[in-house]
Amino acid sequence: MKKSSSFIKSLAVGLATFLVLVVFAYGFAVTNINFAETRSERRMASLTRILRALAHPKIFDYNFETVNVEVPFYLGCPEGGVEPPKVDRSGAFILVSAGCAEPKETIVVEGYNFQENSAGPINFIGFSADAPDGVPIQMGSFQADAQGNFRVEATIPNRQIKEDPQAIRAVGRVRVGAPMISQEAKVTWDKIVETVFMALLATTFGTLLAVPISFFAARNLMVEVKSPLSSIALSLIGWALGMGLGVAISRLLTHFQTAFFSSFLATLAGAIILPILGSLLARLTLFNQNKEMDLRFKSRLVNVLYSLFAAALILASILFLGKLLLQIGAYLTPNKDVPLYFLRKFVSQAGEIFTILAPVVAVLVFGGIVGGFFGQIGQTVSDKTSPASSKVFNLIVAPLAGAIAAVLILRGLDWFYQFNNPAVTLYWPAGIGAAIGLALALVVSSKQPLPIGFIIYGIFRTILNGTRSIEALVMAIVFVAWVGLGPFAGALALALHTVASNAKLYSEQVESILSGPLEAIQATGANRLQTIVFAVVPQIIPPYISYTMYRWDINVRMSTIIGFVGGGGIGFILQQNINLLNYRAASVNMLAIAIVVASMDYISSVLREKFV
Amino acid sequence: MLEVKNLSKTYDGGVQALKNVSFNVKQGEFLAVIGLSGSGKSTLLRCINRLIEPTGGQIVWDGQDVTAASQDEMRHIRRKIGMVFQHFNLVSRSKVITNVLAGRLGYVNPMLSALNRFPKSDVAMALDQLDRVGIKNQAYKRADELSGGQQQRVGIARAMMQQPAMILADEPVASLDPVLAHSIMQYLEKINKEDGVTVLCSLHFLDLVHRYADRAIALNAGELKFDGSPADINDEKFREIYGKDAERVG
Ligand SMILES: Nc1ncnc2c1ncn2[C@@H]1O[C@H](COP(=O)(O)OP(=O)(O)O)[C@@H](O)[C@H]1O
Ligand SMILES: [Mg+2]
Repeated sequence: MKKSSSFIKSLAVGLATFLVLVVFAYGFAVTNINFAETRSERRMASLTRILRALAHPKIFDYNFETVNVEVPFYLGCPEGGVEPPKVDRSGAFILVSAGCAEPKETIVVEGYNFQENSAGPINFIGFSADAPDGVPIQMGSFQADAQGNFRVEATIPNRQIKEDPQAIRAVGRVRVGAPMISQEAKVTWDKIVETVFMALLATTFGTLLAVPISFFAARNLMVEVKSPLSSIALSLIGWALGMGLGVAISRLLTHFQTAFFSSFLATLAGAIILPILGSLLARLTLFNQNKEMDLRFKSRLVNVLYSLFAAALILASILFLGKLLLQIGAYLTPNKDVPLYFLRKFVSQAGEIFTILAPVVAVLVFGGIVGGFFGQIGQTVSDKTSPASSKVFNLIVAPLAGAIAAVLILRGLDWFYQFNNPAVTLYWPAGIGAAIGLALALVVSSKQPLPIGFIIYGIFRTILNGTRSIEALVMAIVFVAWVGLGPFAGALALALHTVASNAKLYSEQVESILSGPLEAIQATGANRLQTIVFAVVPQIIPPYISYTMYRWDINVRMSTIIGFVGGGGIGFILQQNINLLNYRAASVNMLAIAIVVASMDYISSVLREKFV
Repeated sequence: MLEVKNLSKTYDGGVQALKNVSFNVKQGEFLAVIGLSGSGKSTLLRCINRLIEPTGGQIVWDGQDVTAASQDEMRHIRRKIGMVFQHFNLVSRSKVITNVLAGRLGYVNPMLSALNRFPKSDVAMALDQLDRVGIKNQAYKRADELSGGQQQRVGIARAMMQQPAMILADEPVASLDPVLAHSIMQYLEKINKEDGVTVLCSLHFLDLVHRYADRAIALNAGELKFDGSPADINDEKFREIYGKDAERVG
C-alpha cells in the first residue's frame, strides 16, 4: 500500500517535471530563442559596434581643419608601367608604394608633414564623365603620429579598370578650438524640455478632471445616496432638459456674439460688463450671506431661476472672455518672429480653451441645476403624498425618464455605429426604455429609496477600469490620428490615462478617510457639498498631492516613449536615430532620458515625503 | 419635549441594537444614558438625529416627527441638535476656528461656505465660543496640534455654534483622564444650566452620573432597564443594568 502510493507520487513528480519542460520548450520555440545567433561573429561585431557607439554619446562636437592630399593613381597597370608622380614636398604629402595596382590589391600609403595627431580616411577617388569631381571610396584610415607622419596599408576597391588616371587622397583632419555642444545634444535638449512639459500638462489637466470624478467612484460617499424612484426619474428628465437648455443657450449666445459683437471694443465691453453683472447677481441671490436654508417650494423655484440666469451670464462671460483673448492673441502675434512668441501665443490658446470649454460647462451646469431641482420635486412628491398617489406619479414619470435615457444612449451609440435608422435610434429605445421604467414603477414600492448612488458608483468604476486597462501608447495612436503627429497627441493620451488611473487611486483614498469627522459635519445640518468640502477634502489633500506627484513621475517616463508612436517628445527622435543607425545620437537621447527620469524620481519622492 | 416611542434598530448584519426603547426628556434636563459598552448607547443617540436610520418606532422633538422628516427637513432639525463625540471627531488637518465654524454650516449660505466664507458675525461668535471654553488663543492652530482635552473643548464649541436646543454627547469624556473629564463635564453642565440647553449624555462612570445628571436611563443589550433619578440606582438595579457579576466601584 505504502509502496504503491510512493510510486504514484514519484510518477506524478516525474510527469509534472516533464510538463514543465514541455511548457518551457514551447516557450523557447515561440520566442525564437537562437543561441547560435548570439555567438555568430557577424552579430558579435555589430553588437560591439552599437555598444561602442552608445558608449560615446555625441554630446560635444569640434571644428576641424582639413588638409586634402592627393596623388594620381592608375587602376590596372598600363603596359610599360607608370611614371612615379612628382610630389610637392613643401607641405603635407603622401607617397604610395606603387603608381598603379589591380583591384583588391593592397598597397602601402605613407604620409608626411601632416599636422600632429591629425586623422582621417584614405580614399580612392574614381573620376568619370558622370562625376568629373570624382567619387570617393574609403580604402582605409590613418592616424598621424606626433611628427605628423603615418604609414598604413590600404586595399584598392574592386572597381572597373580604367585607362585614365584616378587618384588616392588622404583627408587629414585635426580638431581646432574648444569642444562645442553638438547639434544632436541641442535637439535632445529641446525635445527633453518638450517631454517634461508634455508630462506636466497631461498631469495637470488629467488631475483636474480626476479629482471630481474620484468622488463619484468612492464607495463610502456614494452608497449613502439613495432616492425614491420619483426623484430619480424626475431628475433624469431634468438633466435631459437642462442639458438641452445648455446646448440651446450656448448656441444662441454664440450666434448673438458673432452677429452683434464682432468689433474689439464691443467684445471688450462684453467681457467686462457681463462678469460684473453675473457676479453682482450671484452676490445678491445665491451668494447672499443673509440667506437661510429655506425649504419652501416657491423660494426654491426662485433660487433655480436665479441660478439659471446667473449661469447664463457666466456662460456669456466665458464666451466673451474667450473671444477677447483670441482677438488680443491675434493682435499680439502678427508673425512667429516676435519676441516671447510663446507667451503671446498662449493668450490665444487660453481664449481657445475658454471657447471650447464654454458649451461643455453649459451642458453640465444647466443639466445639474435643472436635474437637481427636478430631483428635489420628485423627493418632495415621495415624502409628502400618499403611497398610492406617488405610485401613480411614478407610473407616469418613470416610463418617460426611461424613454429619454434610452434614446440619449442610443443617440450616443449612433455616432459610433451609424445606424442612420430612426427605428434603432428612436422608436425601439423609446419603447424599451419606457417599458423598463414602467416595470420599475410597478415593481418597486413607491417610496422605497433606491441605491442610485451605488449604481452611479458602479458605472464610474467600470468606465475607469476599462479606460485604465488601455495603455497610454495605444491611446496615443488614436490621438495621433485625431490631432496629428506631435506632442499634443501624446499629452492628450497621457492626460486621459492620468484621469483613469488617478481617479481610481484618489477614490481609494476617499474610501479610507476617517468617518468620524464626516459624521460630525453631517450632524451640524450640513448638506452633501458642505460635508465633502469640510470633512472629506481636508483629509484627502496629502494623499492627492502625493499621487499627483507620483503620476507626474510616471508621465515623464511614459512621455519618453510615447514618441515611438508619433506622440512627440524625445521618443520621437530617439526612434528616428535608431532607425537611421545613428547610435551616437541615440545615446545622447537615452542619456537625457535617464537623467530626467532619475531626477524626477528623486524630486517626486522628496516632495511626497514633504506633503504626507 | 423629546419623546422616544418604541424605538428599535436592527443593523444590516442582524444585530438588534435597540429594542422598543421609550422615554421622554423635558426641556432643560440633563439626562445620562448608561450601560455597558455594546448596550446600544451610541446607537440610541445617533437615532435621535438620524445619523443612523431607526428601523422602528417614532421620535418626536418639539412637536415634529423626526422619523418622518425628509432629508432636507432633517438637515433643518439637525441644526438645533449639537453633537459631541467620544473621539472628538474634529477634522484634524483643519484649523481650530474652521472646525468651530463648521457648526454654522446648516445656517449659512451653502455656496459661500463651500468657498470657506462665513459672515463676520459667525467668526466673532466662533471666537466667543472658543473663549468660553478657554482656548481662544489656539484658534488658528491646526486641530491635531491640540491635546485631547482641548480638542474636546473645540468639539463643544462646534456644537454650541449651532445655537442648539439640545446636545447629544456620546461618551464625551471616555477618552480623557479623570481630571480633564470633570472639566469637560463642567462645560456641559454650564451649557445646561446657563443656556437651558437639554443635554443627553452617555456616560461610563456612575460617579459622573451622580454628580452631573438630573435623571438617568440605562440600557442593557438594547433594552431600557432603568429610568429615574441617579440616586435611585440601588445595588439590585445596578446588577440589572451591568450584569450579575458586576461590582460597584464608583
Ligand atoms: N454599524 C454597525 N453595524 C452592525 N452592528 C453595529 C454597528 N454599530 C454598532 N453595532 C452593534 O450594535 C450594538 C450596540 O452598539 P453601540 O450602540 O455602539 O453600543 P455602545 O455605544 O453602548 O457601546 C453592539 O452589539 C454593536 O456591535
Ligand atoms: Mg458607543
